[in-house]
Amino acid sequence: MLHLVNKSPFEKNSLSSCLRLAKNGSGILLMEDGVFGALHKTSVTDEVAGRSGDFKFYVLGPDLAARGLSEKPLIDGIEIIDYEGFVDLTTEHDVVNSWL
Amino acid sequence: MAEEYEDNVDGPVKRFLFVNRKAPYGTVYALESLEVVLISAAFDQDVSLVFMDDGVFQIVKNQDTDGIGIKNFSKTYRALDGYDVEKLYVEKESLEARGLSEDDLLVDVEVLDSKALSDLMDAQDVVITS
Repeated sequence: MLHLVNKSPFEKNSLSSCLRLAKNGSGILLMEDGVFGALHKTSVTDEVAGRSGDFKFYVLGPDLAARGLSEKPLIDGIEIIDYEGFVDLTTEHDVVNSWL
Repeated sequence: MAEEYEDNVDGPVKRFLFVNRKAPYGTVYALESLEVVLISAAFDQDVSLVFMDDGVFQIVKNQDTDGIGIKNFSKTYRALDGYDVEKLYVEKESLEARGLSEDDLLVDVEVLDSKALSDLMDAQDVVITS
């Protein structure tokens, strides 16, 4: 399953709920305000980094760039993708779950 | 009527505090608040801005929105001093929780801790949080 998280982890618990309920091996794409969850040295970094072995994390590059975060260090193992990569992910996974 | 209008314009100056708590682009709150700030400044009010919680992301530098098709309004914050809006404050705790520092910001700000910010908020005539 591919999980889409588009809410800031500092404002909403969407990312925490996703991490709690997603099965190991799932893909998790951080997009829109959800990209903050990919940043290094934040109050949620440990929560995400601690699950890097369980999930494959992706972050949407254009959303990082819009927020001035392209050059900021990200949590190890998070892959930056573009919109084409996003489309590929949705075709590679049988189910897509948006944590709105 | 014209005279009455002028009287309103010359009314008492109030201390307005705009508290920005939302990240830009994901929702429209940040842009809408900025519009109201500019309107307040046009009426010669005593305007201060606070950036706290995800609002600190509004003034992170190097924003490039070409890839998401939304107007980059971050440059407007740099123009605020032209409207005599020069009192910009950022909550220290909010910056730290997001792995950010003053060097990441595109405008000069005064970094305050929660206690100082609480006192600032207490000294206002009008507080608008979004």
